[in-house]
Amino acid sequence: MKNLWKNTLTLIAKRSNSIQVLSSLLAIVFGLLFGLIVMLIVNPADAFPGFFTILTGPFQAGMRSFGNMFYRATPIIFTGLSVAFAFRTGLFNIGATGQFTIGAFIAVYIGVHWGFLGPFHWAVAIFFALVGGGLWGALPGLLKAFRNVHEVVSSIMLNYVAMYLMILLVRRTVFFGDHARSLAIQDSAELPKWFLGSIFPGSSINIGIFIAILFVAVIHIVLNKTTFGYELQSVGFNKDAAKYAGMNEKRNIVLSMLIAGAIAGAGGATFFLVGGRYLHVNAVLMPQGFTGIAVALLGLSAPIGVLLAGIFYGFLELGGLFLQGFDFTSEIIDIIIAVIIYFSALSLFLQKFVASYIKKVTETDIEISEGADIK
Amino acid sequence: MIELMNQLNFAFPYIIRAMALLSVVALGALFSERSGVVNIALEGIMIMGAFAGAWTMIIVMNNFAIPRQWNAFIGLSVGAVTGLIFSLFHAFAAIHMKSNQIISATALNFFAPAFAIFTARAVTGDRALNVRLDYSIRNIPILSDIPILGPWFFTNAYLSTFIAVFIFIVAYIVLYKTPFGLRLRSCGENPHAADSLGVNIYKIRYAGVMISGALAGLGGVMFVLSFSTRFDGAVAGFGFLSLAVLISGQWKPIRLILIAFLFALFRVVSEIPDELIGIRNLNLPQEIWRMLPFIATLVILAITSKGSAAPRAVGEPFDAGKR
Repeated sequence: MKNLWKNTLTLIAKRSNSIQVLSSLLAIVFGLLFGLIVMLIVNPADAFPGFFTILTGPFQAGMRSFGNMFYRATPIIFTGLSVAFAFRTGLFNIGATGQFTIGAFIAVYIGVHWGFLGPFHWAVAIFFALVGGGLWGALPGLLKAFRNVHEVVSSIMLNYVAMYLMILLVRRTVFFGDHARSLAIQDSAELPKWFLGSIFPGSSINIGIFIAILFVAVIHIVLNKTTFGYELQSVGFNKDAAKYAGMNEKRNIVLSMLIAGAIAGAGGATFFLVGGRYLHVNAVLMPQGFTGIAVALLGLSAPIGVLLAGIFYGFLELGGLFLQGFDFTSEIIDIIIAVIIYFSALSLFLQKFVASYIKKVTETDIEISEGADIK
Repeated sequence: MIELMNQLNFAFPYIIRAMALLSVVALGALFSERSGVVNIALEGIMIMGAFAGAWTMIIVMNNFAIPRQWNAFIGLSVGAVTGLIFSLFHAFAAIHMKSNQIISATALNFFAPAFAIFTARAVTGDRALNVRLDYSIRNIPILSDIPILGPWFFTNAYLSTFIAVFIFIVAYIVLYKTPFGLRLRSCGENPHAADSLGVNIYKIRYAGVMISGALAGLGGVMFVLSFSTRFDGAVAGFGFLSLAVLISGQWKPIRLILIAFLFALFRVVSEIPDELIGIRNLNLPQEIWRMLPFIATLVILAITSKGSAAPRAVGEPFDAGKR
């Protein structure tokens, strides 16, 4: 038994990236443990059954819940991909929330008013949401490239500007006053379900998940297989060296933010091009952008990792919904996610911890990489 | 003229209370950032402070018969202590673990509202805390009768406003007239130089973050006292707005106060536009006024960032071996 453990660890130590993956998993374990402890303190009797509910998530109600899991994961995959893409190019896109909001408004506006588009309705709505999110994302890029304004600060400001702009525009253009929300989009603007409707009967799933997977694939290829992606990452890694090598570092910063914004904007469209979902005029930032940061960190800023982490988030969120049977609110999921983010911030420490443990058991040295350098 | 005076008398207390809140939280963040640690967790820390403070005030109110202002004082103190403790998580990650400061702060911002709602629901059965009492001070003998200043500062005032003035004076003296203040500022500008002169960078930075945490926690309770009677796990973006105040104020206390006044004015105009003469005729929607502080910050940043006044080492973990 001890030998088996040792061999497994040796195998893990040989794979590149494995330490980072392990530290991500460790962060998840810490997050879940913290959640369990909070539940034990608040309500010891229900804590274990409640915790079990979170862990089993969608398994409790069959295919319908699995469909809902994918539906809930979709916007998070988009925002996570947006944040991860920016991370890889050395930028911190804390503004995914604002870009998501802008995309959401554009999609809803087109969904309500542009019925003449017929079968192309939803696709056009996503396209313009993508453009709008991209332009909104390009703003902090421009400010950083030409005015030396840190993108985190400008993005935070733009999140609020986007939120109030959305409220203002919803009130002026697509307002349903009786319910203080946007009007319903037309049927042709709703994302189709295709065959998913019969696989996951009764769930809200739609082709949004396929669009998300398509984006993940494209970004994966751009980052890892193209000169363009290589250039963007070089600028993020060392702006001056990239400039010396003949790259246009200003253009690349703007492009990185533009692409990150476009992804988040498309995410906003896929989330709101669904029957029964409306934009509300409350002054509350949309949470998807911040969840995206967690998912990007958990997914180690790799597109495929983001896809998996996003689905994991959907899984947890569904578990949170089933918690209503117990005396807990679904906010426990956000608490768990917050602790996971915190431990992701400590990832360097966790990686050292994992590496020294593996070294102790297997007597092999492992290199620790700090990952993308974000300043 | 008399009408204008009445309008100003009506609006001024609102502006003052928003200004007090913004400047206290921003002043705290100033200590953190001048010591070299970025603190975008203000919103989360405010929420934790507000939650603990509001809860304490409810318990005290239900169990003890003490005057309102004493209760407010207890609430404010509990909020400050809670904020200080909560900010230690950020300090530990940022200073000891050399983590990315934006990420650990994001975790705190994410944690606080969820924790507040979850705990409130688990303990009281309601997702929000009701602070029913009105904590404003209607009139102060003598002071309220002073022309102009009386109605502006001493009518419908809040204990927290006077605390804010006190804090500002103390903060200014500490920052510019004490050895600690000089050390703190040097840590944010050139930590290696400070280190070589025997300043303990870690200690100073911990102090900076803790001051910021305490003042943000205090600010959270100020929000509960003067802006809402029902705390539902949110402080209406005042944490991020304070960050905007700090940056627009170029990390300097006096400018920060002026910017806080300006932002508070925008905020009040957005809430009671019809009460203000002149501005009413502009006929701008509420949302535009709400947006203005953030747009103003962006513009100020765009103009000043080339020769930015930001502390030079802000956001960088201190590594003694990296000269």
